[in-house]
Amino acid sequence: MKMNHEERTYVPFRSPFDPCPPLPCRTYVVPVNQYVVFQPPDLPQFSPAEALKHGTLWPSLYSPYVSRKMKGE
Amino acid sequence: MWIYEKKLQYPVRVSKCDPMMAKFLIEQYGGADGELAAALRYLNQRYTIPDKVIGVLNDIGTEEFAHLEMIATMVYKLTKDATVDQLQAAGLGAHYANHDKALYYENASGVPWTASYINAKGDPIADLYEDIAAEEKARATYQWLIDMTDDVDIQDSLKFLREREIIHAIRFREAVEIIKEDRATRKIF
Repeated sequence: MKMNHEERTYVPFRSPFDPCPPLPCRTYVVPVNQYVVFQPPDLPQFSPAEALKHGTLWPSLYSPYVSRKMKGE
Repeated sequence: MWIYEKKLQYPVRVSKCDPMMAKFLIEQYGGADGELAAALRYLNQRYTIPDKVIGVLNDIGTEEFAHLEMIATMVYKLTKDATVDQLQAAGLGAHYANHDKALYYENASGVPWTASYINAKGDPIADLYEDIAAEEKARATYQWLIDMTDDVDIQDSLKFLREREIIHAIRFREAVEIIKEDRATRKIF
């Protein structure tokens, strides 16, 4: 189960001669901004306090991120 | 000119004594994709960008200085009470030899900041695409920094900064859309 819906995963080529045991997969993030060409007007907004906490006024532009250290990666 | 507000854009709390994290955070202070480079890049480019999008560069460039202060605060808090032994153990011995505990515009490897990190091509498309790339690179740097600490309070501030990079990238993309529009074309309806 992915913790972050913006996360993409792939399994890199594994050689039988790799020196180290393979990690399960590689991950990278595709943030929400990649799907917005021009922000439409009148999007729903966070309350001011919530907006400060999230770093953006608009829930649809919020991008979560979880530390790989915290995920045990 | 600017009006200075004597507060941080977002609170910075550091809960774990981890001077080594200061060494890594300095990447966002004086690194190629750091906040200083970002602020100077945008505030310089704004003079030769079409009028319609000058404000975007002006406002984002200004905000980058607010981010620079947040990073500086983190680095200062992480190092101010460190002993010389702790600094050496954290890999900051070379920094101490040159700067004591002073902050310096350098990257995580100790390379001093240089103007060659930033560009000003004078071509609006080229400059705005550089700005978009700079924001995404800064976002990625914040991710790797968040990955390297388990201090949830530092993570909280870094996540705020990461989100701001994402929003800035949207604004630069919108700026590209604005200058792409051909306003000289006469439209007959």
